[in-house]
Amino acid sequence: MLVVLILHAAAALLAPVAIRYAGNRALYGLALVPAGTFVWAAAQSPPVAETYPWVPHLGMDLALRMGPLSWLMLLIVSGIGAVVLAYCARYFKEGDPGLGRFAGIFLGFATAMTGLVLTDDLLLLYVFWELTTVFSYLLIGHSGEQSAGRRAAMQALVVTTAGGLAMLVGFVMLGHGAGTYRWSEIVEGPLPAHSAVAAVLVLAGALSKSAIFPFSFWLPAAMAAPTPASAYLHAASMVKAGVFLLGLLGPLLALAEPWRPVALVAGVITLLLGGWNAMRQHDLKLLLAYGTVSQLGLLTIALGAGGRAAALAGAALLLAHALFKAALFLVVGIVDKLAGTRDLRELSGLGKRAPVLAGIAALAVASMAGVPPLAGFVGKETLFAAFEHGGTTDRLVLLALVAGSALTVAYGLRFLWGAFATKPGVAAVEAPRAGFAFAAPAGLLALAGLAVGIGASWLDGVLAPYAELFPGETEHLALWHGFGLPLLLSAAVLAAGGTMFAATLRGRPWPGRRLPYAETVYKWLMSAVDRAAVEVTGFTQRGSLPFSLGIILVVLVLFGAGTLVFVAPWPSGIRLWDTPLQLVAGAVVVSSALIAARSRRRLTAMILLGVSGYGVAVMFVLHGAPDLALTQFLVETVTIVMFVLVLRRLPVRFSARPLRVSRILRATLAAATGLVAAGMAYVAVGGRIATPISVDFAEPAVSYGGGHNIVNVALVDIRAWDTMGEISVLVVAATGVASLIFRRSGALQRRKAEQGTMSAPQGPWMRAGDNPEAKRQSIILQVVARLLFHTIVIFSIYLLFSGHNAPGGGFAGGLVAGLALVTRYLAGGRRELNAAAPVDAGLLLGAGLLIAVGTGAAAMVAGGQVLQSALLDFHLPLVGHIHFATSAFFDIGVYLIVVALVLEILRSLGAELDRQHEVAARSERRAIERQKEPV
Amino acid sequence: MTPNLVYVVVIGVLFAAGVSMVLERSLTRVLMGMILLGNGVNLLILLGGKAGTPPIVGLGPDEEMADPLPQIMILTAIVITLGMTAFLLALAYRSWAMSGHDEVQDDVEDQRIMLLAERDEGSGTDDTDHHEAAR
Repeated sequence: MLVVLILHAAAALLAPVAIRYAGNRALYGLALVPAGTFVWAAAQSPPVAETYPWVPHLGMDLALRMGPLSWLMLLIVSGIGAVVLAYCARYFKEGDPGLGRFAGIFLGFATAMTGLVLTDDLLLLYVFWELTTVFSYLLIGHSGEQSAGRRAAMQALVVTTAGGLAMLVGFVMLGHGAGTYRWSEIVEGPLPAHSAVAAVLVLAGALSKSAIFPFSFWLPAAMAAPTPASAYLHAASMVKAGVFLLGLLGPLLALAEPWRPVALVAGVITLLLGGWNAMRQHDLKLLLAYGTVSQLGLLTIALGAGGRAAALAGAALLLAHALFKAALFLVVGIVDKLAGTRDLRELSGLGKRAPVLAGIAALAVASMAGVPPLAGFVGKETLFAAFEHGGTTDRLVLLALVAGSALTVAYGLRFLWGAFATKPGVAAVEAPRAGFAFAAPAGLLALAGLAVGIGASWLDGVLAPYAELFPGETEHLALWHGFGLPLLLSAAVLAAGGTMFAATLRGRPWPGRRLPYAETVYKWLMSAVDRAAVEVTGFTQRGSLPFSLGIILVVLVLFGAGTLVFVAPWPSGIRLWDTPLQLVAGAVVVSSALIAARSRRRLTAMILLGVSGYGVAVMFVLHGAPDLALTQFLVETVTIVMFVLVLRRLPVRFSARPLRVSRILRATLAAATGLVAAGMAYVAVGGRIATPISVDFAEPAVSYGGGHNIVNVALVDIRAWDTMGEISVLVVAATGVASLIFRRSGALQRRKAEQGTMSAPQGPWMRAGDNPEAKRQSIILQVVARLLFHTIVIFSIYLLFSGHNAPGGGFAGGLVAGLALVTRYLAGGRRELNAAAPVDAGLLLGAGLLIAVGTGAAAMVAGGQVLQSALLDFHLPLVGHIHFATSAFFDIGVYLIVVALVLEILRSLGAELDRQHEVAARSERRAIERQKEPV
Repeated sequence: MTPNLVYVVVIGVLFAAGVSMVLERSLTRVLMGMILLGNGVNLLILLGGKAGTPPIVGLGPDEEMADPLPQIMILTAIVITLGMTAFLLALAYRSWAMSGHDEVQDDVEDQRIMLLAERDEGSGTDDTDHHEAAR
């Protein structure tokens, strides 16, 4: 059975390609897949089961099981699928651009449907269930450019998915209660706990899928789909999934209290409403759609009743309906294509022009109306018999069945008359003949209905094992039940239906307005959701950054303060400081931060910010964190350089101060946040009692990581993944900076070209006069910068390699090297920068990332975990004994990336800004000169 | 552990100063506020571990060593802040070059939705034909 599924899926994937190369003929080839499935299934005798392990730790297997009902459904799905695919070859014009997509989705749907009927696992069933919903959505919206199609598709999706979700909850309740999700095992046991709720939830899913009241409205709208899709999905297969589920779960769930009443009431209402509305339609396809709704109601009654005879009748009707309704839809498609209309008020005289087609339709309608000896008659007779002997409820249902069947006869006749009759006063349509290949699929289905009717006793033998799952008296499917109430009722139904139809012919319109459907409720609900979304979004999402941040902070303050005051235990003691020097550093941080916050000048604020940052670095030193202090100092310095580079182009002062009220509000919120943060720091630290995990870091850092500096070893070893993430962020940030500053696409080209020519300067090493930019700088600074440059770079490399055992490492080293570049740039401008680092920063970023990733991958190739480090000990002549951890390579990658980041910042925020400024200044000068020129 | 008063005060002030700057519209000021907030958060994390000698094995007895774990986390945070600062500065400059100021403007799309909410209208994306009927 798995092979069947795989073949279907492969066909779905191949379909678009096959149709592009072979045209519509490819459809016949594709139809072989469902046709082969049909033949295979016909040769099987259920039950057949297969199980493949899938997600063992969820207890979920690919469990497939074909019981008698699944077997019947598989025959319907594959058989009608093959026939409809063959029909598509003539329905669609040769070269239709949408056909490849259509065939792919169609076969995809067939895959999902096959999976749905074959699976034994409820969760798997749900997956296939929703897959059919999605494929149905795509098929209804086949002509996506029409708003009606889109809307119908969305409606079907929303309704069936909502039902499907309810069903999932029901499944989970069932599976949880029974301890297994295998239906074949659940059905053996007693009713699981809370099965009443589960039954209602499952019913919601099944009824919404089968377009049963109150969910019926989506099905007529779904007729926006191409007719073959309607014939297959919305008549023969998908809408049957709901009633199939009723039939599958019925043997157990019908014992749950609400199952029978809900199914019967919903079924009866749907049967009558659908039939009634079908009489009011002028579009033949819509007439059939409402007819389908009505028939699905009938099937719901039969399969939801939970009795042996009714279930037998339901299964027979399931088959009968699939055959005659698919045939009728195919006929409508042919009529539509030939005559160019589906409106029964415009069609006339078609019966004379296409007698064979009319004959096919008449055969199908006869089966629908329950005329002997067709399949519909067999099923309906048995259904009447099933409700013949019961109590009041059964008699009421029987009455409804009779009324509904009479309506069925009436709209069936209306369909035949509408499509084929010659109507007075209407010009006969000029229609070409339908070819054999076009009409044959419909004819085949209609004849199959006849064959099934005649072979009723064979069908009885096949379906009896299914019916025996239900309690109740045994009935038999047969053409001749003898004289009795069922036969009488069948005759009465035919007579009443004929009378009803004859009444409409006399010109009397079908009474009643459009009967109330839940569609209005659906629309109201959707609009309400939309309106609520607008209100909520409009209220919470003001689009103002300060407002949104303010909301977040207010929440933080309220929750934080609430926790602090009411919940958290306050520590008893507090120390003033670890060392009095902390007070000094703290005072510097506090005062500079406060003044920075009040400053209106950009440069002042920036410098104070730097001071406060250095103060924090001092606090790191005093805490015993030299690595942090080193990095903080370097980062703070690079930050100041960046700010200066940008701020020289921005206005001196910040833009106008906000209003007084908002200033006060802001200050209040700021003070409150500060207070809460301080309080949280106080309480959190005071509440800490557990021993830190890091007390055990020391020993492994040396023995395993090969270094004495725990912080650095952790960065490149224990937390190497975090460091990997971090350097990726740096790469992204550097790239982002460059793309924001080199802002036209031409500029990026220029950036490349400029870097191409930036080979090391020729001639003397410390020349100065030939650099136009350098003329503006101090010559002493230039000389010092050049003298210091190499020393700083060597120091940075020392930091990189010593970092494993002393403060330093890739970050610190990279930042130092970056600062060396900063010195060169500040001293000599962008040409000097190019001379100092004649490489593309992007290349450097890539190289750094490659080395870091390569180290990790190498560890994996060597059989360790990704990024695991190893210790190497070897002896080099002259150098001596080398003790080396492979994580040093990782640190080299980090080093390169940090250098590249600084380089990219200097190139973008420095050099490119210089150039843009020069260009602007030059064009300004030119404009002034032009003004001065005499006219 | 007993909390350290100097740290608690410094953290509080850095948070307050940072928040007051972040709540403004000028992107450079927002960025400065983020840096102050970042420093405050780093100190908060640092306060969670005990102070002592640098966490370098062999420098002193292991028991007197400062807790390395907060330091490891903060080191990452510091460097990330550098990358973020560079990016936001480039953004501020770009904003200035394009529109003459570096203020964060209100979101136009959000304002459109607010307008719809004031007029008691839907977004028209619910795909029912109510709207067409109303027109």
